[in-house]
Amino acid sequence: MQPQIAAPAIEFRDVSYRVGTTQVLAGLNLRVARGETLVLLGRSGSGKTTTLKLVNRLVLPTAGEILVNGASNERTDVIRLRRGIGYVIQEVGLFPHFTVARNIGLVPKIEGWCADRTLSRVEELLQLVGLPAEIASRYPHQLSGGQRQRVGVARALAANPEILLMDEPFGALDPLTRDDLQREFLLLQQRLNKTVVFVTHDLREALRLGSRIALMEAGKLVTVLSPQEFVKSTDPWAAAYVRAFGDGVESAANRGAS
Amino acid sequence: MNVLQFIVQNRAQFFDLTGEHLWLVGWSTLLAMVVGIPLGILIAHRPRLSNPVLGSANIVQAIPGLALFGFLLPVPWLGARSDRMAILALTLYALLPIIRNTYTGIRGVDPAALEAGRGMGLTDLQLLFQVELPLAVSVILSGVRIAIVISVGLATIAAAIGAGGLGEFIFRGLAMVDNRVILAGAIPAAILALLADFGVGWLERRLRPR
Repeated sequence: MQPQIAAPAIEFRDVSYRVGTTQVLAGLNLRVARGETLVLLGRSGSGKTTTLKLVNRLVLPTAGEILVNGASNERTDVIRLRRGIGYVIQEVGLFPHFTVARNIGLVPKIEGWCADRTLSRVEELLQLVGLPAEIASRYPHQLSGGQRQRVGVARALAANPEILLMDEPFGALDPLTRDDLQREFLLLQQRLNKTVVFVTHDLREALRLGSRIALMEAGKLVTVLSPQEFVKSTDPWAAAYVRAFGDGVESAANRGAS
Repeated sequence: MNVLQFIVQNRAQFFDLTGEHLWLVGWSTLLAMVVGIPLGILIAHRPRLSNPVLGSANIVQAIPGLALFGFLLPVPWLGARSDRMAILALTLYALLPIIRNTYTGIRGVDPAALEAGRGMGLTDLQLLFQVELPLAVSVILSGVRIAIVISVGLATIAAAIGAGGLGEFIFRGLAMVDNRVILAGAIPAAILALLADFGVGWLERRLRPR
């Protein structure tokens, strides 16, 4: 593994974000190493989604700066920046009037890929996320929730971005489907080695998927720990999380580390 | 039967008046779309403008037809030709349903699809033409449909200021106290409205996203 100090894929430097008088995020300093899966864990309103959206400039900081691949993301053209970063959200947000193939192939198409190349990329991605090829001609409303989120992941990967932002991508799925997708995510991540920032409020998911867990509370970063450290942590917030999820989370940490 | 006889006897004039009627409705609907759809898109993206714009369109809608024609009479370029005046008045009436439906259609697009699209790096224009408009098109067209049906009916009043159209028969029939002549204007106007309603409705269903 690369030394983390060399070139973090994403770096937050003293980032704050305020709406009116509400301090959503205060003094955030955080580095995401290339190829790791950093999980932002916290309750609703802790600022984790805002943190995620700061990376692709869906939210602009009131103070501080965010570096993506070593350069401030405010100095990059915002459209170019976003096309180099995959984005997956809980509601998926597939375009309902496009087939699966057009949904996945949209960014390649507007990037000027020829039809053949887009088509073979779509086939490749469908296989990668474990979907049959014939699904390409279907419309989003004809898919199950799990299939839809698989398409969402495939779409985010379409133009082969190095960074993937995932905002509770499996949060709306039933437990069995969620388990499938988590397992597939780990396999995918072994093959692709993307830099992933993953938002969740589910400790089990964080322990299973994360190489590191950044715990957030009330707009502040509490601590960043590996899953193994997290379950043994004496930090009051981390300990509270482990208590709330009860017995058996330690084994989840071990599973994720494999 | 008598109505049909009257129309056949006066068929040259009947076709002229129908043509004028369609001319008035066609131009006013086109103008209302050219102005109303961009305005609807604008207020869907700038919610602060939505109340003033929709409010103004509402007020225009509330002005009685004859009075609106009267207001436009002294306007220099417009007052010179009655069909210009009629087209402008009809345009103003057609604006509200078109603006409102464009606004509603675009606001109704799934916010998650927009957020995902923005996050993927679509530009505002790409989002508009690839996502928002295709998803809103059937709602926008149903606004156009309402506008056309209103215009076809309202255009009969245009005859009062000499702009022609099927209203000529209606006003003449009223003056002559001859129901035949009134119906020779009213029935074709109603049929036009129904045809337009049907035609645009068909288009609306064709373009509706699945």
